[in-house]
Amino acid sequence: MAFPHRPDAPELPDFSMLKRLARDQLIYLLEQLPGKKDLFIEADLMSPLDRIANVSILKQHEVDKLYKVESKPAVSSSEQLCFLVRPRIKNMRYIANLVNADKLAGRTRKYKVIFSPQKFYACEMVLEEEGIYGDVSCDEWAFSLLPLDVDLLSMELPEFFRDYFLEGDQRWINTVAQALHLLSTLYGPFPNCYGIGRCAKMSYELWRKLEDEEDGETKGRRPEIGHIFLLDRDMDFVTALCSQVVYEGLVDDTFRIKCGSVDFGPEVTSSDKSLKVLLNAEDKNGRALLLCCRYTGEAGRYKLQFCVRRRGMDIKQMKNFVSQELKGLKQEHRLLSLHIGACESIMKKKTKQDFQELIKTEHALLEGFNIRESTSYIEEHIDRQVSPIESLRLMCLLSITENGLIPKDYRSLKTQYLQSYGPEHLLTFSNLRRAGLLTEQAPGDTLTAVESKVSKLVTDKAAGKITDAFSSLAKRSNFRAISKKLNLIPRVDGEYDLKVPRDMAYVFSGAYVPLSCRIIEQVLERRSWQGLDEVVRLLNCSELAFTDMTKEDKASSESLRLILVVFLGGCTFSEISALRFLGREKGYRFIFLTTAVTNSARLMEAMSEVKA
Amino acid sequence: MNRTKGDEEEYWNSSKFKAFTFDDEDDELSQLKESKRAVNSLRDFVDDDDDDDLERVSWGGEPVGSISWSIKETAGTSVSNHEGREQLKSRNSFSSYAPLPKPTSTYSLSSFFRGRTRPGSFQSLSDALSDTPAKSYAPELGRPKGEYRDYSNDWSPSDTVRRLRKGKVCSLERFRSLQDKLQLLEEAVSMHDGNVITAVLIFLKRTLSKEILFRELEVRQVALRHLIHFLKEIGDQKLLLDLFRFLDRTEELALSHYREHLNIQDPEKRKEFLKTCIGLPFSAEDSAHIQDHYTLLERQIIIEANDRHLEAAGQTEIFRKHPRKASILNMPLVTTLFYSCFYHYTEAEGTFSSPVNLKKTFKIPDKQYVLTALAARAKLRAWHDVDALFTTKNWLGYTKKRAPIGFHRVVEILHKNSAPVQILQEYVNLVEDVDTKLNLATKFKCHDVVIDTCRDLKDRQQLLAYRSKVDKGSAEEEKIDAILHSSQIRWKN
Repeated sequence: MAFPHRPDAPELPDFSMLKRLARDQLIYLLEQLPGKKDLFIEADLMSPLDRIANVSILKQHEVDKLYKVESKPAVSSSEQLCFLVRPRIKNMRYIANLVNADKLAGRTRKYKVIFSPQKFYACEMVLEEEGIYGDVSCDEWAFSLLPLDVDLLSMELPEFFRDYFLEGDQRWINTVAQALHLLSTLYGPFPNCYGIGRCAKMSYELWRKLEDEEDGETKGRRPEIGHIFLLDRDMDFVTALCSQVVYEGLVDDTFRIKCGSVDFGPEVTSSDKSLKVLLNAEDKNGRALLLCCRYTGEAGRYKLQFCVRRRGMDIKQMKNFVSQELKGLKQEHRLLSLHIGACESIMKKKTKQDFQELIKTEHALLEGFNIRESTSYIEEHIDRQVSPIESLRLMCLLSITENGLIPKDYRSLKTQYLQSYGPEHLLTFSNLRRAGLLTEQAPGDTLTAVESKVSKLVTDKAAGKITDAFSSLAKRSNFRAISKKLNLIPRVDGEYDLKVPRDMAYVFSGAYVPLSCRIIEQVLERRSWQGLDEVVRLLNCSELAFTDMTKEDKASSESLRLILVVFLGGCTFSEISALRFLGREKGYRFIFLTTAVTNSARLMEAMSEVKA
Repeated sequence: MNRTKGDEEEYWNSSKFKAFTFDDEDDELSQLKESKRAVNSLRDFVDDDDDDDLERVSWGGEPVGSISWSIKETAGTSVSNHEGREQLKSRNSFSSYAPLPKPTSTYSLSSFFRGRTRPGSFQSLSDALSDTPAKSYAPELGRPKGEYRDYSNDWSPSDTVRRLRKGKVCSLERFRSLQDKLQLLEEAVSMHDGNVITAVLIFLKRTLSKEILFRELEVRQVALRHLIHFLKEIGDQKLLLDLFRFLDRTEELALSHYREHLNIQDPEKRKEFLKTCIGLPFSAEDSAHIQDHYTLLERQIIIEANDRHLEAAGQTEIFRKHPRKASILNMPLVTTLFYSCFYHYTEAEGTFSSPVNLKKTFKIPDKQYVLTALAARAKLRAWHDVDALFTTKNWLGYTKKRAPIGFHRVVEILHKNSAPVQILQEYVNLVEDVDTKLNLATKFKCHDVVIDTCRDLKDRQQLLAYRSKVDKGSAEEEKIDAILHSSQIRWKN
């Protein structure tokens, strides 16, 4: 990191233990099926599994061959089959086909299904319907916390977002509650709890219930982590929809970071093979990774710049530095040259898609000027058939910042979108509307205080009773008013010097302070929601913001500066960077717990009905 | 592993088991705490292997022992997988992962499980762990819950829901009266656990007539959403449509029906299916889209059959020169337009495949049409067509260049299709904004435009700067020099 932590910053708890626990639990489960066995692994579980175990560990526990659970049937000759899967209906059908084919062939084998992180009744129902309930034994591998970095825990559940925020399915709330319970058991109780959002509230309540049932478990322990903050993704879609310009974010947007590591293709490695690189904020010796990148806005022009964090070099200087001074440090040398390759490749891609104009449009949307110009930019984007996901993202950003599109624009953009990318996206638009990501202003819809009060009354009071035509979870975003209240668009006189960041806006080149991070900052400052009533109301969360502080004062001052932030529905690298910055400024340290690391493309894909 | 049933029983019983608490895993977390301590104290002699392994992941691509890699191997041996083989070669031999680099698991927590039957290894470890009592450090990991059935029928709704949340099999059969069922559902909803809500809904769906079920869910939105999602997931389309019909959610009903077309591969069948969607109660706006979808596919089927025939016959030049890369079926409208501008540009409006016909049928806006036609003709390097696209005649017969999309965009598209400088130059000159024009001209090396613009701006400094960028002794340099020496121009700097 560019700036060292303050000397009084608290130490982070050691989360590597979570990996060991998960690994040992898996080993135990494998041993429940003694003897040689073939293991079928769901694709989505492979990367997380890779981070806690390896083939030799599996082999030691008599796993013979490994297969991927996929659409085509696998030919395994083993007498025992073990399936390691997410609790999904299609996996159950896959297993059922396999077992039923065996039955037809008169073959008997032993089958075991290990659900991770937990089993769902709907899955068992399918097993029962397919007539194989009892033929397979079921187990759960409660592996729901994967440390991706020293301060980042991921549940690796990207489907959480769609399941909850689109379908309104609360199946993962128990998983979240269990994860919190595990953390509080291992690292002591959390004396101060805050949260905002319906899902946050429900997760919190269920977690409390778990704690109460296991009374006494955490009582009397000294807390290691002083605060916990739960936040629903739909409190702040805007931040997640913006193009990222911090280094990790850019890499994620460009190459897709998967489970904390990224595959750099030949264009980056400048050889003929791809390399997998693990991305950490700090290397093993606590040294910061050196790269970061910035947008500078000079006279309306935006420029992508990369610089080395500690040394303030540009790419050319960096290259020299790497070839001259780092010769001896082979590892560091290779890592840096790879990252430089990545930067160059990002630069190339970004200049090709006239990134300048894109960023300019985004900033205009955030600030709320030149709406017509931005709309026609988006239109052209669509007409030229530039990436469907990008176009969708921009439309959503326009919709949320403007409290919905005016009907004329909505119709015309939608029509052109369907013409450019396929009529079946009709379904995508319906999803986006339900999730509140892309809406149409009702006729005569303007933002008066009275009106939003009324709409708030309707949504809050009648929650769960009124039959909305779409039973929408969507709410008005009121972004503009919130932005004003929380001062999200910093006033910059002259140029924002990105080498000396002033505030969290640095993650968006000084143009915008992430809303989610600002909320967290404000609440932590006040130690409550007091004085934020207006913001809470604008967020449509009058009854969904909570504070819970324990009276007993056992928490050390050090623990009170350790804050666990729980993002329900995913968080972005930009948000992580912003809060890390805040931590350095205030002497806090943040720990991130997210259902998955996300970005704008993942959010849009989750809403898309047509799989690419 | 070779633990017998008896051993297992003894093992479980030896752990603190509280009767009648239904909380079989009561101790799980307290033991996790202990295992934390155990793990911490183990640190000294357990190799710090985690991070090392990860380092290896980062540098050797996927490490030899990695699971994803190994799965590729399995795939590679069953199907002759080229990629897999490549990787194999680069890693010397298959057996390279067979030797175990570090006997990690001897020290891992799991060894405690085996320790029961292999006292040797357990002993040595427990010696080291002097501060911990001689009891199991193992968390009661994932005990197969199905084995702990409880057939007692006396659970109250809240107890039942609690047991369900813990993943225990629990009979719901005793909830027979509607009131009991609904109470159970409400308990589940108030617990917030979606899995339990769905479990109760599965039961209700089985034991209530659908009219009653729907009626009760209509006033219970949270549960209703779970049922809808559940029906979508298991693919019970019929019941889902019935539900939407009951709820009078006509638009969702229509969309849900329409969604099915994605599962139909055969184009003719898909077309027929789309036809059935046309009359569905979509919003007025969406109805038009559905109609268009049907018409588009209908067209594509005709065009595809025709062109496949033409291509196979080999008589048509355009298909010989530029063989089709993919079928046009199920492509978006704009792609279809591009295709038709590419292969059927000159066709009369009467044919289905002509661009003008497509434009009319689908009311494609001018802007969109020009962009697409430009891209297609530029790709073919048909500069004459490009020219014609922007040329308009006024009533006096003068021609003028106009573009509904802005000439800077035109230039970009032309450049992307590697248009020659003369062509580019012509369009760069048409860009209105001087700054943009200068930028584009510089970017695409349209020297004349840059030089002329600088001259017009009377910007001597910029012209001087540009002089250093052009080749020595080139015509451009001469031109610049001539202008710089001209006495006619009043330079502003």
